[in-house]
Amino acid sequence: MTAVVPPTSAPGGRVSVARRWSRRDLTFDKISFMIVFLVVPVLGYVLFVVWPFIQAFYYSLTDWSGFTPGMNFIGLVNYGKLFSDDIFMKAVGNSLILVIFLPIITVVLSLVLASLVTVGGPSHGPVRGLRNSSVYRVVSFFPYVIPAIVIGIIWNQVYDPSHGILNGLLTGLGLDQFQSFAWLGEQRTAMIATMFVIVWGLVGFYMVLFVAAIKGIPAEIFEAARIDGAGRFRTAVTITIPLIRDNIQTAYIYMGILALDAFVYMAALNPGGGPNNSTLVMSQQLFTTAFTKGQFGLACAMGVVLALVTLAFAGIVFLVNRLTGGTNEVAE
Amino acid sequence: MTTIKADAAVRTFTRKSATTTGDRVVGGISHTILTVWCIIVVLPLLWTVMSSFKSSSEIFSSPFSLPAKWNFDNYVGAWTTAGIGSFLLNTVIVVFGALAVTMLFGAMCAYVLARFQFPGSRGIYYLMLAGLTFPIFLAIVPLFFVLRSIGLLNTLPGLILTYAAFALPFTVFFLFSFFKALPNSIAEAAALDGAGEWRTFFQVMLPMARPGLATVAILNFVGLWNQFLLPVALNTDPKNYVLTQGMASFASQAGYSVDFGQLFAGAVMTIVPVFIVYLIFQRQLQGSVSQGTSK
Repeated sequence: MTAVVPPTSAPGGRVSVARRWSRRDLTFDKISFMIVFLVVPVLGYVLFVVWPFIQAFYYSLTDWSGFTPGMNFIGLVNYGKLFSDDIFMKAVGNSLILVIFLPIITVVLSLVLASLVTVGGPSHGPVRGLRNSSVYRVVSFFPYVIPAIVIGIIWNQVYDPSHGILNGLLTGLGLDQFQSFAWLGEQRTAMIATMFVIVWGLVGFYMVLFVAAIKGIPAEIFEAARIDGAGRFRTAVTITIPLIRDNIQTAYIYMGILALDAFVYMAALNPGGGPNNSTLVMSQQLFTTAFTKGQFGLACAMGVVLALVTLAFAGIVFLVNRLTGGTNEVAE
Repeated sequence: MTTIKADAAVRTFTRKSATTTGDRVVGGISHTILTVWCIIVVLPLLWTVMSSFKSSSEIFSSPFSLPAKWNFDNYVGAWTTAGIGSFLLNTVIVVFGALAVTMLFGAMCAYVLARFQFPGSRGIYYLMLAGLTFPIFLAIVPLFFVLRSIGLLNTLPGLILTYAAFALPFTVFFLFSFFKALPNSIAEAAALDGAGEWRTFFQVMLPMARPGLATVAILNFVGLWNQFLLPVALNTDPKNYVLTQGMASFASQAGYSVDFGQLFAGAVMTIVPVFIVYLIFQRQLQGSVSQGTSK
């Protein structure tokens, strides 16, 4: 572990590095260097990150309630309990709705905005973006730096039935049925309103990402397409998207992981799970089960389910991208 | 950088600017769509600022009316009664503490992983990858008990170490490719000149990685400043609250005592520091985002 073992062979390409290790003796300088540079961070990481992850799998198989000393190994009973628990299954369903819709909406909207910014300029001369487009980028990106909880708090007020600005605007436009419409309190609209808030907060981030990716495409490719007579829409669909598909895949996975979490937004918009649990998600249910009810074994089982759904989602995105002809590399 | 380039391009080609009708339509539509989106982004924020100056009764009378008098009563109230001041102080301590720890150890770890070969180096690399992929929610319950058993639950140092540990994999990944790209010859020259491993790292390699360090530091800063789950689960002592959880508890209390003016003022005070940082570092931040996710 402590890396003081010199490599037995010097593999090609990294010869110089390897040689330095076998030639010299182990000095205090080297040993202290390795301990501080490698052992300390890795141990800290294992203690605070890896070890809890491993423990979670074990705890999920016990009836542990945390504050009592004993815990019994009960196998998969917790998982059985979860799958027969209507409220948790509702939460799983809501999480799945989020992970299906949020990435696609966010990615499409940010791609559209990014394309408008980068190639929305005149159709003659070099391919270029709109004038003053950096203003749009700066403004739309800003929500990314606002803490998500504050975004939620602000939107909770915006949606407020009596003093919110949304109903104020709608009634101002003459739509009196929105006089005191509770966007987050009606089962029909709570989820959509919540999703809009998440999209609002993150579109700018992905827009910046895609703008950078599109600017990375050599201008000659766009010019060639234009000379060949491709219009703007055609260029976007057949040139831009295939060339930045690795970035799109990365964005899609990030967004999916975020959608499966969504805890902050829910905590701010509808801490109780919304009308008839219509916005209750897995992470919220996990948090309540653990820290309000103290059923730690059960909560860990929920964590495992959440992790499996996350991995399955990432796997599906990779698979779909692969099957439709993309590469399998993660743009990390 | 990019805007300068675009401006130059515009200048060079203005002589051909017989803009066609189609271009004007497309340009107009593009500008309209982008402007509408920007209004959707800005409007709630402006409304928040305006409402933060209103009294509760003014807020309830009309969402649009301007405040009768522009004073900072709500701000004073939020700062003192809600304790925004102490939340802010805690956040600064925790975020900068964690940032220092994770940047130092992340850079060290990435350096060793990228430039030395030893048994288990790949294993450590994959361990880091796992930390990036699994949701924090899976770890949160055991983490609670790990911190409790070492006596760091509900303390700021415990929060600093946890933040730093969870920011470590991203830091290592990003800097790994950075250190990997640095030329070997320079490290060798330093070794020939008699510099030990410590000196080589701090005086030669680390300064060369400065652009990478800046990028990671900015991204980590935003991420840690906005962290919510870790403090809510692991830091339940109200006097240690950080800004995000303090705002959450303030908002849930406001539901009963209904001082919405103070709530808006609290939100504005949370946003203003990030807003200033954003205006200053806006270009670097946007650069960081595109770099950090395409490396």
